[in-house]
Amino acid sequence: MAGLDLWAMAFVFMLATFIGFDVIRNVSRLLHTPLMSLTNAISAIAVVGSLIIAGEEKTTFSTVLGTVAVAASVTNIVSGFLITDRMLRMFKRREPGK
Amino acid sequence: MTPELVYNVTQGSYLAAAGLFIFSLRWLSRPETARRGVLAGVLGMVAAIVGTLVHPDIAHYEWIALGVVVGTVVGVPLSRVALTAVPQRTALSHAFGGLAAGLVGTAKYALWLADGELTAFRMAAIAVEIILGFLTFTGSLMAAGKLQEVIPTRPITYRNQNFINLLLLTIAVGAGLWLVIDPTRWELFPVIVGLSLLFGVLLIIPIGGADMPTVISLLNSYAGLSAVAMGFVLENKVLIIAGALDGSSGFILSVIMCRAMNRSFTNVLFGAFGQVQAAGVAGEQKAVKSANPQDAADLLETASQVVIVPGYGMAVAQAQHRVHELRDQLVKRGIGVKFAIHPVAGRMPGHMNVLLAEAEIPYDELVEMDDINPDFPQTDVVLVVGANDVVNPAARHDKSSPIYGMPILDVDKAKSVIAIKRSMNPGFAGIDNELYTADNTVMVFGDAKAVIGDIVKALTGGSGIH
Repeated sequence: MAGLDLWAMAFVFMLATFIGFDVIRNVSRLLHTPLMSLTNAISAIAVVGSLIIAGEEKTTFSTVLGTVAVAASVTNIVSGFLITDRMLRMFKRREPGK
Repeated sequence: MTPELVYNVTQGSYLAAAGLFIFSLRWLSRPETARRGVLAGVLGMVAAIVGTLVHPDIAHYEWIALGVVVGTVVGVPLSRVALTAVPQRTALSHAFGGLAAGLVGTAKYALWLADGELTAFRMAAIAVEIILGFLTFTGSLMAAGKLQEVIPTRPITYRNQNFINLLLLTIAVGAGLWLVIDPTRWELFPVIVGLSLLFGVLLIIPIGGADMPTVISLLNSYAGLSAVAMGFVLENKVLIIAGALDGSSGFILSVIMCRAMNRSFTNVLFGAFGQVQAAGVAGEQKAVKSANPQDAADLLETASQVVIVPGYGMAVAQAQHRVHELRDQLVKRGIGVKFAIHPVAGRMPGHMNVLLAEAEIPYDELVEMDDINPDFPQTDVVLVVGANDVVNPAARHDKSSPIYGMPILDVDKAKSVIAIKRSMNPGFAGIDNELYTADNTVMVFGDAKAVIGDIVKALTGGSGIH
């Protein structure tokens, strides 16, 4: 069972990497800074791992580490999405007639 | 809820999250749809978090709430930094991502060790996760420190640097392998953590300021890969997918940055750029022609095509809003204005675009290097604002120059060039720039913001006379 899961995960990793290459290559260079802050926020999905460790409260050690990890991930989620949107709002075309 | 239902709800929410993340990046490809991409990302994140919170193992919420509150309190101000400080903020967020991965790996090791559930596979995944996580943590902190200039931006080198660094990494990986064979040797665990933290510091301190765009991209990739490793540890597929998207994004950006500097990964990481100054150049010092803002204004006014080349100096001087005023003055006179963006101008990929967008310059006037280079011979005046190495013609012909072979903006082919610069000190790479002594170049010395302000004043004041 454990062996099967390993291979399933390896396949997921490979396919997701290919999708990543394909999608990212199409992102305009204009937006590379927002791209970085957005992928940063998305990879803060690591919060799901931290949530379980902080919430199951098995040992004090693991709970403290989990809580710090939740704080670090939430920081990335909040600041990543907010700043990406803030930057994207600034990109404007030339107003017609100018 | 039955355990089966909980499982299905969780997995369903993860599936939705993974799909939304891919849409999010797809929509980001163009400015018109980009903000929709942020929305998709937020929805995916909410779905994944809700799907996780129904998990029966989560018995208590106090600690989670504490983490969320702290994260929000820190995160909101971090999203409001000045756009010139975005590279530092980005480096910091890579540090947080690495830290989260390292801590989760450590906690999982301790829990599984106590329960006797450490399989060889789990141990291997944890080893990769903590090495990547902790080295990204300290490496990114160092990068942020250099960008914020709390740590010297020049490369810091010492003897046998590369040998020592590789030795540290090898010991850490070796200790990890030992743990895979015998997971109960817990005393090896702090050794790996310590060495990874140290390796992260030592990896970044020899890297100079001008290489930061590549380094940030590379750390972006590491942060993503540490999330992937966490996914393997927790057997969580949405983590693997999101981490892989982040990792591949960082990798592509690093490749673009390296190509734009004509350098390899190994050269950026182990080359300590800016150390070697090509000898012999100092012998033939040519005189520069210095001009004042009024001269520059007169020259600009007679042009019909102007290209503005922004560089990191514009960001340092916070001159982007003045640049916008200048652009408006020129456009008002019917002069065509474009902005030439070199891929590594600034301190992170796309840095100049964001700064100019902030100054409300329409993004259709921002032109990539490859698209604008053919236009320079037909350009009357190029205004270089705080860019240096990316406009140095030595990159094309001087084989002894450290930047030889780097693609540059061919501004020297324009009819005339105005370069705004603080002083004649060489740029970050420490290389003389022959553009400044060329016959068709005039230099205006001073703070970019003040100089452009004066040019605008000269243009508005003098407009009635002509």
